[in-house]
Amino acid sequence: MTEIGLGHYLTLGAIIFSIGIIGIFLNRKNIIVILMSIELILLAVNINLVSFSIFLGDLTGQVFTLFILTVAAAEAAIGLAIIVVYYRNSGTIRVEHIDKLKG
Amino acid sequence: MIAHSIFFYTFSIIAIVSAIMVTASKNTVHSVFFLILDFISISCLFIMIGAEFLGMIMLIVYVGAVAVLFLFVVMMLNVAQQKNQWFSSEESSKHIPVGLIISTLIFVELIIVVGGWKYKPDLFDINNSIEINKVSNTHSLGQVLYTDYIHIFQISGMILLVAMIGAIVLTFRKRVGVKTQSYIKQISRERTDGVSVLNVESNKGVKIDD
Repeated sequence: MTEIGLGHYLTLGAIIFSIGIIGIFLNRKNIIVILMSIELILLAVNINLVSFSIFLGDLTGQVFTLFILTVAAAEAAIGLAIIVVYYRNSGTIRVEHIDKLKG
Repeated sequence: MIAHSIFFYTFSIIAIVSAIMVTASKNTVHSVFFLILDFISISCLFIMIGAEFLGMIMLIVYVGAVAVLFLFVVMMLNVAQQKNQWFSSEESSKHIPVGLIISTLIFVELIIVVGGWKYKPDLFDINNSIEINKVSNTHSLGQVLYTDYIHIFQISGMILLVAMIGAIVLTFRKRVGVKTQSYIKQISRERTDGVSVLNVESNKGVKIDD
């Protein structure tokens, strides 16, 4: 119990990943919180990659974490720009009102 | 080892509770603040297990840039109070069982994967002896990043450039009815458009505005 190994970090990553999935499914009011949940999911993936990289002694995981960080920053910028444009056009970003595509 | 486990449990409990609060809090600004707390505690975990460069980069990129971007957008759009709690509203109640079932299934699957790693300990012994504290984490990461992964590194720079251009193009709008400076008109103006040199005779003067 006191020995913190790889399993502890992977469990933490799994818990945060599941919380992100719950946030995407259950939040029906505000689309910004969905973007935040996506950030949580990427964070969980980063935890997995970094802990594998540390415990297996291979630096490739940390390099890929760096690239995931880059892509997450780009995705947040683009997503927030899309949200700003949508809010400017329709005046709301409530999730249940965004049904123009009738999907 | 005791101190290590105490720190691990502290930071991970803070991270999990703040992740729950990100999805569950009523105010979106509070969600952003809990997201910042989550990033900070996870970066503390990264620094604790020896990936200090990534921990610092997480602090800079996420807390310094992404979370502030979220905060700007939330405050700009005036949607902080729009998010009612999803526990009580009627039309969202049909999504709750589906979401809970799917996320529980994903969590169980991930835990099964972790258990598989735990019960096959021979997979762990690849080698842990590539570099043992000869150089720092930042140094070794730089040695790998700028040699083996230089093309991917450049491509990630291109991704950032495309994202920047995309964000600017998406949010750009031309305003009408606003007096702005026209640089091209100013620069392309010639001397003959503005002034004209006259030869004035004495005792006669010049007629202006005729």
